[in-house]
Amino acid sequence: MNHYAVAAIYKFEMARTKRTLFQSIISPVISTSLYFIVFGSAIGSRITEIDGVSYGAFIVPGLIMLSLLTQSISNASFGIYFPKFTGTIYELLSAPVSSIEVLLGYVGAAATKSILLALIILATAHFFVPLEIAHPLWMLFFLVVTAITFSLFGFIIGIWADNFEKLQVIPLIVITPLVFLGGTFYSVSMLPPFWQTVTQLNPVFYLISGFRWSFYGVADVSLITSFMVMSGFLAFCLLAVTWIFKSGYQIKQ
Amino acid sequence: MQPIIQITDVNKIYDSGFQALNDISLSIKPAEIFALLGPNGAGKTTLISTICGIVNASSGQITVDGKDIVSGYRHTRELIGLVPQELTTDAFETVWATVSFSRGLFGKKPNPTFIEKTLKSLSLWDKKDSRMMELSGGMKRRVMIAKALSHEPSILFLDEPTAGVDVELRKDMWQLVRQLRNDGVTIILTTHYIEEAEEIADRIGVIKNGQLILVEDKAALMNQLGKKQLILDLKEPLVAIPSTMTDFNLQIKNEGLQLIYSYDTTKEHTGISALLQQLSSANIGFKDIKTDQSSLEDIFVSLVKEST
Repeated sequence: MNHYAVAAIYKFEMARTKRTLFQSIISPVISTSLYFIVFGSAIGSRITEIDGVSYGAFIVPGLIMLSLLTQSISNASFGIYFPKFTGTIYELLSAPVSSIEVLLGYVGAAATKSILLALIILATAHFFVPLEIAHPLWMLFFLVVTAITFSLFGFIIGIWADNFEKLQVIPLIVITPLVFLGGTFYSVSMLPPFWQTVTQLNPVFYLISGFRWSFYGVADVSLITSFMVMSGFLAFCLLAVTWIFKSGYQIKQ
Repeated sequence: MQPIIQITDVNKIYDSGFQALNDISLSIKPAEIFALLGPNGAGKTTLISTICGIVNASSGQITVDGKDIVSGYRHTRELIGLVPQELTTDAFETVWATVSFSRGLFGKKPNPTFIEKTLKSLSLWDKKDSRMMELSGGMKRRVMIAKALSHEPSILFLDEPTAGVDVELRKDMWQLVRQLRNDGVTIILTTHYIEEAEEIADRIGVIKNGQLILVEDKAALMNQLGKKQLILDLKEPLVAIPSTMTDFNLQIKNEGLQLIYSYDTTKEHTGISALLQQLSSANIGFKDIKTDQSSLEDIFVSLVKEST
């Protein structure tokens, strides 16, 4: 294991966060705070409790997931796309590093950044709503596994993208709608039966449900189902990344 | 002597069908400076990129220090430093950070003392905290070299290292290349500047249309292919070559005021003494005399034309 290379990539990516502190940390915190103010305090004060949880507290796991997913994808996709764009990828391709080490560096840094951001948002939520976490270890587990999975997904997008528009298109037109329609702001039981069925096709719904369970012990679907969907998506991402490294798709001729 | 790099029957055909390398076989000796010459699109960069692992060969085998570059990539890549043709840098990083990153990426323990020494040797020390975007093209080129040297490689690839740099920096780089060779580093450079190869290379390879058309010691190449000329500036114009001198390879130029004699330096007798005697006998006087040898550039142009 070339652990110096893993450390070099990881530190390099983390240093980029420091340089882009506003974009990486402050901007998502401000956006999430606005969600708490608008949905949690203003509108939420007029909505009754959902499954015994106040509306403001109910949306916290979903909002954390929204940031976690979008930031994991954004950090990892940009991390690998930027060297492709500038041409500095030559150094990575000519270095004595394995694909696992490259992944550990890029995906590890992207996941670390999004987990830190999620924890900051969680702390921010405390200012707006009373929070308690019923299963803190499960909460951390969901946080870490989701961050890793979607950072892997972001890495795939970064490899696939050959322009900045493609880099943005999946997070904007796929991930954000899936999170919004995955029960961030409501319980699936509040939807008409047809839309309940449609929601069950949305993989993000299972993540939010499982994550919300770790907070309040209530969920739209069983923990096992959430876990299986998450594992399935992680396995898909791992297979896709393995194929990318084997074939050299979009990185090596 | 065991070659440090052994290239055997390497071909590269891109997905578009373009064959960039065509049955390339080449041995690089340890601690030599090998210059790869060729016109644009000849395959120089593809060959370097293939050895470094950036491009996959379609067929053939490459070994570095006796290890296959695919199965033994960790060992082979640790030995290699690459300065690419393009100034590809992360514009927002500092010089210190980007050079330190390269060292780590190539599996070396952090060594600030070595990084400092490298930056000083390339006159970059006072720029260590500058961001790459603040540097001039020449300075960026130096940083690219510092990055390539950061992990103490024993083989250094320089792809067009002096393209677009001023004369002073070019000479500094030549000095650095010689110093590295003296320290035991094998240098492979591609260049458009024939004078660069003429100045610093030990051996020269010429590549055209993906084929290696010549590999030769520079001195032998110059000797073997280099023609020499004796140029005489005559006192009076000469209308025709006298019949007593038709055996000599003579040409009249400059409206009869120059007589040019082409001869082979490798022959035991060049014929110069005999020519001068004949000129004296024929009462042909001259004001000045000089010699001229065909340059590597002439040889290169002639080789590339021949293979077309």
